[in-house]
Amino acid sequence: MISLSHYLILAAILFVISVIGIFLNRKNLIVLLMAIELMLLAVNINFVAFSHYLNDLSGQIFVFFILVVAAAESGIGLAILVVLFRNLSSIDVEDLDSLKG
Amino acid sequence: MKTLYLLVPLAPLAGAILAGFFARLLGRAGAHTITSVGVAISFVLSVIIFQDVQAGHVFNGAVYTWMESGGLKLEVGFLIDQLTVLMMLVVTFVSLMVHIYTIGYMAHDEDNWPAGSKAGTHSYQRFFSYISLFTFSMLMLVMSNNFVQLFFGWEAVGLVSYLLIGFWSVRETAIYANLKAFLVNRVGDFGFLLGIGLVAAYAGSLDYATVFAKGKELATMTEAVTGWPLVTAICICLFIGAMGKSAQFPLHVWLPDSMEGPTPISALIHAATMVTAGIFMVSRMSPLFELSDTALSFVIVIGAITTLSMALIAIVQTDVKRVVAYSTLSQLGYMTMALGASAYSVAIFHLMTHAFFKAVLFLGAGSVIIAMHHEQDMRKMGGLRKYMPITYATMLIGAIANAGLPPFAGFFSKDSIIEAVHFAQVPGAGFAYFCALAAVFVGGLYSFRLIFFTFHGEERFRHAHEDHGHGHEAHHDDHNDHGHHGSVEPHESPKVVTLPLILLAIPAIASGWLIGTILYGNWFGNAITIAEVHKGMATMAHEFHGVFGMMAHGVTTLPFWLAISGAATAWYLYIARPDLPAVIKQKLAFPAMILEEKYGFDRFNDWFFAGGARLLGRGLWKGGDEMLIDGVMVNGSAGAVGWFSGLVGMIQSGRIYRYALAMIFGVVAFLSLWRV
Repeated sequence: MISLSHYLILAAILFVISVIGIFLNRKNLIVLLMAIELMLLAVNINFVAFSHYLNDLSGQIFVFFILVVAAAESGIGLAILVVLFRNLSSIDVEDLDSLKG
Repeated sequence: MKTLYLLVPLAPLAGAILAGFFARLLGRAGAHTITSVGVAISFVLSVIIFQDVQAGHVFNGAVYTWMESGGLKLEVGFLIDQLTVLMMLVVTFVSLMVHIYTIGYMAHDEDNWPAGSKAGTHSYQRFFSYISLFTFSMLMLVMSNNFVQLFFGWEAVGLVSYLLIGFWSVRETAIYANLKAFLVNRVGDFGFLLGIGLVAAYAGSLDYATVFAKGKELATMTEAVTGWPLVTAICICLFIGAMGKSAQFPLHVWLPDSMEGPTPISALIHAATMVTAGIFMVSRMSPLFELSDTALSFVIVIGAITTLSMALIAIVQTDVKRVVAYSTLSQLGYMTMALGASAYSVAIFHLMTHAFFKAVLFLGAGSVIIAMHHEQDMRKMGGLRKYMPITYATMLIGAIANAGLPPFAGFFSKDSIIEAVHFAQVPGAGFAYFCALAAVFVGGLYSFRLIFFTFHGEERFRHAHEDHGHGHEAHHDDHNDHGHHGSVEPHESPKVVTLPLILLAIPAIASGWLIGTILYGNWFGNAITIAEVHKGMATMAHEFHGVFGMMAHGVTTLPFWLAISGAATAWYLYIARPDLPAVIKQKLAFPAMILEEKYGFDRFNDWFFAGGARLLGRGLWKGGDEMLIDGVMVNGSAGAVGWFSGLVGMIQSGRIYRYALAMIFGVVAFLSLWRV
């Protein structure tokens, strides 16, 4: 029997993988975007799991919202990426330090 | 009468303002007429007021309330009594003479300025404006009935003195001299201000009459912080002010240097009037000084030191004006001694006679300087008497009066001072008596040395030019050429110069004959207070038997013979054996050097005070300003901010993954902090 805790553990694992993916990733901006997507998916799993176990549909409605936002976000992110690549001919994270104070 | 009182100081002030601000409009003649008329008005009014006071009308009251602050009322007021009116007469008379004399002396002043100098345009008018302003200030000082107005006059005469010493502002030496005079006077004025402050604090008033009425009460008090007897502290503080203004040892250093100014002001300010302000002030404060024997003792000792030490320096000076300047210092010392001996009336009497004969000496010296084409070195003069008979005669009168020989004015006043010091009981009087006697001899010596050196003997100016080449340029006073050096015969000065000399020579002879009236006829009335215990004046009054009696008695006493022997020594050294002074100087090289170095005061002051002040300034500049303020505070705080922001800047690396990491740590931290 798959219990709630299994879902939560899976979500936590996914979340931690994505966090590690953010700050261990020194190469590619696309990986960064993917890691962020993965983080949102991990949260989505939590939502769905709780929604099912608590018999409350609002959690799943939230998931839809998050998916929409995530899709929009990755759309914008990829667009920025394309512009960035046109300007810098690179999407290497190491090269992107113009936010420096 | 009140209007007349007010008019006395205001007439010269009006003259000063007009001549000063409307120099171009009035022109030279307009300026000297308007200022001379102003002072003449003052003089005439002073005579009228003098007669009024003689009739017994003493005035003490305010004419204007300046301000009231707390319980302290500051007023412009006049105290017109015998002391004041005598000073008014002396000041306005000498000032009037000097105004007239200046017309001649400054006639070619434009030559003293470099071409196109801005300060040199209208310098003639400016000079008249200053001396009239001085007359106003001095009159405010002597006529005041309260300490604040006294202090106003005190500072105003100091200011004008500063302006006039540095009148030829294009000369380095003049600027040095006026700065020195200003700074030394500051030292004295600090003491003076402390004295006034003590009076205000303990008497609760700055009005003379009120303060003097509280004298007995003050005498029982002590100064709260130090525990000193109050009256002694007040008197010594006030006297320190007098030491600065009246150039008493060790604050005398500014007076010889003040000779950098034009000669008329040396006569008016640095001989006849301003330097006697201290003597006047102490006499005015006699009700306070009489309460403290300690202060009187201090006064008499300072006076004694000044008298003798300055007279000795006068012997070795070669600049004709400086001889007279040192003799002024010595005579001021006499006056101070008289103050210390509680003989205030004698001090004022000597002040008066001295004002006349010293003005004669200075103006005569100025006349000689004009004739010698602004050569001041006596070694380049000699034999002038047949060229300038009037100057010779008047200066001889001045010198004899200065030496204190009867029947000239100086004899009566100086002899009275010596007598008064003889009778004085305060500690230090014995020392003062010795100094007074010794200075009589020295006074005779330097007075006649001046006369013999300048007017008798060889006509050294004939070869002075070739001998000394251009080296004497540095010694020059004002440089207004009438012709070329050496080639032109010296000639008597114009009437406008000799007239004041003659008019001043008359009182230089005759003013001493008033001794019976002024000293022993209770003429000063309540203007001067002498304590019961100080019996000197009473004894002297008892022994006084008229002018002729005094002269007859005078020739049998020590001072007379000391003065005669001084004069004889001068004759022997400078007429009979003119080769001797050089020999003596060679034999007594060390004492001569001490005197020529003026006891090293200038050197010491330059080294210790000026050098010390510079050192302190440098310390504050390097340590305080550059290190502490600039280094630590300004640049230090900027540096600290820079260092800190560098540190903070390192956090903001621009790496997205680091930001993300920080964000996550932040979230974790917040979550763990606010876990419920």
